[in-house]
Amino acid sequence: MALLDKIREALEPLGAKVEEVRPGYISVSVDAGNMRKAAQLLFSLGFDHVVSVEGVDWIKDKEIEVAYHAASYEPELHGVIVKLSTRIPRDKPELDTLIEVWPSALYPERETWEMLGIVFRGHPELKRLLLPPDYQGPPPLRKDYRVVEEGFIVDLTRKQ
Amino acid sequence: MTSPGSSELRGNPYFWYRLMGRDEEGYDVYELFIGPQHPASGHMRIIVRLDGDIIVDAEPDIGYVHRTMEKLAEGREYLKNIPLFERATIIDAANITWGYVRAVEQLLGLEAPPRAEYLRTLLAEINRIASHLYGFGIAGIMLNHSTMFMWAFGDREVWVQLAEDLTGARLTHSYIIPGGVRRNLPQDFKEKALKAIRYMEKRLQDYERIFVKNPVIIARYVDVGVIKAEEAKRLGIVGPNLRAAGVRYDARIAEEYGAYPELDFEIPTREEGDAMARLLVRIEEIKQSMSMIKQILDKIPDGPIFHEKYYRMLPPKLKEFVEQTGRLKLPGAFIRLKPEPGEAVARVEMGHGEVFYHIVSDGGIKPYRVRIVTPAFRNVVLYRYLTRGARFMDLPAIYGSIDYFPPEGDR
Repeated sequence: MALLDKIREALEPLGAKVEEVRPGYISVSVDAGNMRKAAQLLFSLGFDHVVSVEGVDWIKDKEIEVAYHAASYEPELHGVIVKLSTRIPRDKPELDTLIEVWPSALYPERETWEMLGIVFRGHPELKRLLLPPDYQGPPPLRKDYRVVEEGFIVDLTRKQ
Repeated sequence: MTSPGSSELRGNPYFWYRLMGRDEEGYDVYELFIGPQHPASGHMRIIVRLDGDIIVDAEPDIGYVHRTMEKLAEGREYLKNIPLFERATIIDAANITWGYVRAVEQLLGLEAPPRAEYLRTLLAEINRIASHLYGFGIAGIMLNHSTMFMWAFGDREVWVQLAEDLTGARLTHSYIIPGGVRRNLPQDFKEKALKAIRYMEKRLQDYERIFVKNPVIIARYVDVGVIKAEEAKRLGIVGPNLRAAGVRYDARIAEEYGAYPELDFEIPTREEGDAMARLLVRIEEIKQSMSMIKQILDKIPDGPIFHEKYYRMLPPKLKEFVEQTGRLKLPGAFIRLKPEPGEAVARVEMGHGEVFYHIVSDGGIKPYRVRIVTPAFRNVVLYRYLTRGARFMDLPAIYGSIDYFPPEGDR
């Protein structure tokens, strides 16, 4: 596939691992320090917006995978999604923001900060978006956050 | 900056001075909080900063109906997540769950039979029309045009009823499941659908007379809330909002799923990028959807509606029941679907735009991680972009023209 080769050629000098997960779904993983360079290269290849920014908490490896799913409005790249991901330590989850490359990451990065506690350095408004403003608990999408589901009758004696 | 709604600010007397103070850029800014109890839409708040009646900045404050669905999904079996996700957008339940089902099918290495793909497409297009009419009605009432609100909601009932005939439920159909669909096409469905299409075609002409070509609506919609193609691409806008700016992008042509590659349809686009263009694109899409429904009913293939691999597991008596009634019963093993470890992504075009799913499986019976990005969440940035510099009276017009659906944005 020509596109896959193009991405390989552009990104492998950065030490990126490029593989095709499924037809139309390409995964690129790099070191945290190379994220911005890799994003710029993908942008120049035509991937002009991000569909999603997310984190996956790999609690056994003590790492969080931060993934940007980039896609394109250009007709020749319709139907292709590139996942640009990196792994960062769980206890110090910091990363440079990519909103200069992809302004469409503004809200999803803010959501990822809120839901997984990943600090995007340089992001202009890391503040609560979906959770209540006075929410105090740990980031809810981390694996060590337990969802307590209530039965039909709520136990009023149980402490929150 | 701390969020203006946070409790520490509410107890702070300077907070109230700040409301009417000057900001750093020298604007004489007044801060106005609209919502979350909003008469037309609800579930969200817009924090508007005004200089006179010019909007300096409008910040969408969302999350009032947030349920952390992504977290809840990690605690449920694959099948049980379908009823969960469709509650994000109950007015477009088929499309929002289809994306999830497509991703799960990729993980399972499963493909639905052709008849099932046609039935999915049929329900998706019925839902698209209903979703557009819902947005149409809300947009109408935001311009104080209560007739349009009543008409659009009344006519939406036609499509909701049609969806009920097909699936058995008005809104939360849970119709699309991995490997197929849950019900076969009822015998008299084609007649009813064609009647609905004839009715809607006539009604669209009525809409045109009373709403679309109404001088008041033209004055409030033309050149209001303009976004051009370059900016829409930069901000990652999706759906009719994107196509009204002149970008021909639609997940139905990008991903070529369901029966879409076999159907003949147009992707309506416009160049203006204003509120009127967004309205006209939606009307055009309703027409395209109706044409697709006709084509589907003409050329829907015969055959099974559920994947052979799972259908085989049913005991003979249940198979008999399914054959006779056209209603699928699920084998017990279906609840413990166990995909291989790996990941999959899927995109589906909803009425509001493109929904994205990313599922990470660790080989268990529950997903390790599900990421949902809904069209409303991707379009929420439009509140900021479109309102800056607009008159305050244009805010309801812009708000209505985006077709934002708060539970979908919040998930």
